[in-house]
Amino acid sequence: MNMQRGSLISLSNAIAAAGALSSRLDAGVEGNASWGELAAGSALDLRTDELRGSSVLLAVIDQFSAAAAMIQLDGVARRMALYPPGLSREHLAYVAETAGAGVIVTDQPLSEPGNSRDVSIAREVPITRGRAESNAETLAENSPVETEWILLTSGTTGRPKLVQHTLASLTAAIEPGHRPGRAWSTFYDIRRYGGLQIFLRSVLTGTPLVLKSAQQSVAEFLTRAGELGVTHILGTPSHWRRALMSPAANSIAPQYVRLSGEIADQAILNNLRRQYPRATIAHAFASTEAGVAFVVEDGLMGLPADSLMHTPGVEMKVEAGTLRVRSNRTATRYLGDDGPPLKDAEGFVDTGDAIELRDGRYYFAGRRDGIINVGGLKVHPEEVEAVINRHPQVSMSLVRSRKSPITGAIVVADVVLKAPPSTDNGSTPALQRDILQFCRAELALHKVPAAINFVPILAVSDSGKMVRSHA
Amino acid sequence: MRFGRPVNPDMEVRTEVIAQFKQVAQEQDKELAPLTDDLALIDCGLDSLCFAVVVARLENSLGVDPFSTDEDVRFPVTFGDFIRFYEHAAR
Repeated sequence: MNMQRGSLISLSNAIAAAGALSSRLDAGVEGNASWGELAAGSALDLRTDELRGSSVLLAVIDQFSAAAAMIQLDGVARRMALYPPGLSREHLAYVAETAGAGVIVTDQPLSEPGNSRDVSIAREVPITRGRAESNAETLAENSPVETEWILLTSGTTGRPKLVQHTLASLTAAIEPGHRPGRAWSTFYDIRRYGGLQIFLRSVLTGTPLVLKSAQQSVAEFLTRAGELGVTHILGTPSHWRRALMSPAANSIAPQYVRLSGEIADQAILNNLRRQYPRATIAHAFASTEAGVAFVVEDGLMGLPADSLMHTPGVEMKVEAGTLRVRSNRTATRYLGDDGPPLKDAEGFVDTGDAIELRDGRYYFAGRRDGIINVGGLKVHPEEVEAVINRHPQVSMSLVRSRKSPITGAIVVADVVLKAPPSTDNGSTPALQRDILQFCRAELALHKVPAAINFVPILAVSDSGKMVRSHA
Repeated sequence: MRFGRPVNPDMEVRTEVIAQFKQVAQEQDKELAPLTDDLALIDCGLDSLCFAVVVARLENSLGVDPFSTDEDVRFPVTFGDFIRFYEHAAR
C-alpha cells in the first residue's frame, strides 16, 4: 500500500492499495457490494474487455450501477463521460457526439421516448443489475490507460458543457489512507462534482459509502444512513434544509457534516450546529471547473481572508471582483465548446463568483454572469428569458434571482407584455399561470420562475442590452 | 363583495398556506398528502423546489418570510409547525 499522489493509475488499483476490500458500498434497493467485488468487476453485468480504449458515455439512472461502472471503466476506457440523472435525455446525442463516444452504457433502452432522436452514432451497451462473472483477469491482464473523465455542467443555451478532468485532478484534494471507523454518505449524486468527490474519497480510502437510491425518500435515506453508522456526510445547503425539516434528521449522529454546491448561509450553519452539536460543520467551495478550492470549518459563513492566501496546494486571487483559482485540482479544458477557454494563460480558472472583503473575511456576493443557483442546480437567465419571450403575448422579459431560505435562490421573472394586461378581474393571474405553464412545457422545473411580475418597462442600457443587477 | 371571508387573521394564514400547497402540488404534478397538523412536512409530497416556490409566493401574498427573519430560526417539522410559523410571523 504505497500510493503516491500522481502515481494513481486506476480506481480498481486504488481500491487494492487502500486494502479495505471488505468495506461496502450500499445504495439501498439499487444494490450493495464490497469494494473488493467492485474492483473485481463482479458486481455489475458489464463486459469491459470490449470497451478497452473506447470513449464511453455512462448514462445510467441508478447510482449503484454508476459507481460499479465507473470503477470498471476507469483505466480501461480512453474517455468516460458521466451523464447525470436529472439531465433531460434530449441532450444525449449532443453529449455523445461532443465526447466522441462510440459506446453508450445505459440501463434505459435508447429507443425509449424522451431520448434524443439520433444517437445512432454510438453503440448501445445495456447493463442490468445483478452479479456477473468476474472480470478480474481482464482488468489485471492489460495495463491500464489513463482515462479522461468528462463531467457535465450547465451551459448558457440549455445544452450541457463538457468539462474534462483526469483521475489525478479529481483526486488531488483527497488524502489517501484508510481511516477505520469512518463511513461516508452523500445526498449529492456521485455523477456531479461534489458527490463524485465523496465517492472517490471512499474508494481511495476504502471507506464504507452509503448512497441514496432514487426510490428512497429523504427520511428513509437518513434512517438507513443511521443504521449503517454513517459518520461523515455531504449535502448542499438545500439538501440539509430539507433534511432538518424531517424528524429522521435525528437518526444520524455524524462527526463531520459537509456542505458544498451552494453558498452556505449562517442560518443553515447554525441549524446544523444545533442539530449535531458534536459534529464538525464544514462548508467547501468547489466547482466542476475549479475543483475543490477551500474548506471552512469555523462554523461561520464566508472565508477568513488569510485562507485565501494560505490554502496548501491552491492559489487563489481576486481579480475584477471574482475569485480565481489555480491548482492541480482544476479541470483540463472544455470539450466542444467555442466559448472562452476554461483557464487563462497563467492557468487560473475564473469561478465567476463575486466575493467581497468585509472585516477580515471574504463573503460571496452572487455571480458575475448572473447564473442563479437553485439548490445546487445552475440556471442561466438567458435560457429562461428565451422561452418566456416566445409566449405570444410577451414583448420582453428579465429573469433574475430571488433569495430563498429553502433552495438558496429561486428564479423570478419581470415580464413586459405586448399589450397591457386587461384590468378585468382575474385576467392577470390567468395570464401569469399561462406563461408559467408555457415555461413548464419547455424547461426543467428548477428553471421555471416561482413568480411572474408584469412590469410596464425594463431598463435598457446605451449599448442596447437589458440592465441586469447581479447579486 | 366578499361573503364568507375569514375574519380571524390566523384563519386567513391557514387558508392561504393550504391554497399555496395545493396550487404548487398541482403545478408540479405532485401528489399531496392530506394536510393535517401532525403531518411531517417531509412526507407531504412536496420536494425542496416546491417548498421554495411556496415560501416565495407566501411572501408575496402574506408579506412575510419567517425563514429569513432570524439566523437562529428553527425549521418547522410538521405542517402544523409550518402554519404556526407563519401565524406567528404575520402578527
